[in-house]
Amino acid sequence: MDFSWIFSYRDLLIQGAFLTCLLLAISVTCGFVLAVFLAIAQVGRNPGARWLSKGYCTFFRGTPLLIQLWLLYYGLGTYLPYVPGLRTSFLWPLLREGLFFAALALTLNFAAYQGEILRGAMLAVPRGELEAARAVGMSQAKILRRIWLPRAIRIGLPTFAGEVVLQLKATPIVFSVTVMDLYGAAYKIRQDTLLVYEPLLLVTLFYVGLTFFITQAFQKLENAVPTRR
Amino acid sequence: MKHLGKALAITLFMMAADAHAEIRFGIVNEAYPPYTTKDASGKAIGWEIDLMDAVCEELNEKCTIVDVAWDGLIPALESKKIDVIWSSMSITDERKKRIDFTDKYYSALAGMIGPKDGAMGVTAKELKDKTVGIAVSTTQSAYFKEHFADVASEKSYATVDESFQDLASGRIDYVFADTGPLKEFLKTDLGQGCCEYKGNVEPDDAILGAGVGGGVRKGDDELRERLNAAIKAVRASGEYAEFSKKFFDYDPY
Repeated sequence: MDFSWIFSYRDLLIQGAFLTCLLLAISVTCGFVLAVFLAIAQVGRNPGARWLSKGYCTFFRGTPLLIQLWLLYYGLGTYLPYVPGLRTSFLWPLLREGLFFAALALTLNFAAYQGEILRGAMLAVPRGELEAARAVGMSQAKILRRIWLPRAIRIGLPTFAGEVVLQLKATPIVFSVTVMDLYGAAYKIRQDTLLVYEPLLLVTLFYVGLTFFITQAFQKLENAVPTRR
Repeated sequence: MKHLGKALAITLFMMAADAHAEIRFGIVNEAYPPYTTKDASGKAIGWEIDLMDAVCEELNEKCTIVDVAWDGLIPALESKKIDVIWSSMSITDERKKRIDFTDKYYSALAGMIGPKDGAMGVTAKELKDKTVGIAVSTTQSAYFKEHFADVASEKSYATVDESFQDLASGRIDYVFADTGPLKEFLKTDLGQGCCEYKGNVEPDDAILGAGVGGGVRKGDDELRERLNAAIKAVRASGEYAEFSKKFFDYDPY
């Protein structure tokens, strides 16, 4: 075991770890917001919205994340330069980066899974509570905001933790679109130093540590919100 | 039954003996034209394969090709799955710590390609604020760090092929690699449509100068010496120039 390379590659590693965390944070946050809309559409009465949401979730849960990422980066991304004016616009520095497409693919994917979970959780909220809210005269929007969604999120909380961990473990594929995340850093170190196990071992420790942190944080959150079962 | 066992043992022994009589050449399974690539039937072809055939004929040995991923080449050599690395591996000090090299069999000239805009030259002046695509941990990557890191930014790719794709779609401004693969890419439809050769970088012998050689296990001096003699003989007989003409318009040595 030779770990003498850590010092000379520390910037690369720190930057990689930062990018991994950034991608996780972006995709979980934005994905969750999108998932709320997907879930509401699925339990709502509008058939158009219901089918659209169902189709979205089926498509993104039914195709490999790697293919989604490449469809976006190599497919869509290759045609973007031909959109008139886009290459000179202020958006181009963002659109030419793999990071944008990586965050987009991870977000869309996370939303699909999370939307399905949230839909189930919303259906698991006892009808009596919703009827009680209606009985005291709350509007549909208010019920959703005050009763239905908060209750559903509480019910789904244990599953969310697992989803976030799965999302973390999905991030290394972003290296395939030139994002130098933590795995990318390990890959480069492995290529440079010809050491195979040590860099992988280091990033493994990081992923395990981060997973431990995520599950602990969710545990705290679960304990903080009282639920009667 | 006893005879069958004996026959089997003899066959196995012969197979084992046979396996030792050949030299196994490790070749990357990622396409690296024009040096090594596969034809439609999966057969390995390319300049390095022609050289290997010539060298093996000179050695009077039976050679077999073993496909190995680029990052697996050195581990495969060390675990004796292959006997020689024959895959455009530049001779660097870092690699010499793990394996021995034969004499160089070609020199990798480093150059850049970029979009067709008529702007030639690849010095710090032209590269200012540009993004350059480079395959991870190549000699070019080391060169870039030394000469251009303060004016331009580097984007790392797992293989040089992926950087061509991004150059064509305008995500990067240059690809920095060996001239061989660059010129090969410019012959394709995609390459012809988008890009042109911008020039070779200033030589830096400490980083780029050692050339490309075959890799052998540390201490495998007998094989190394024989390969060196064979490379020299192939070069002297004119055979080297003969098959090089098929691939290059210059002498790759």
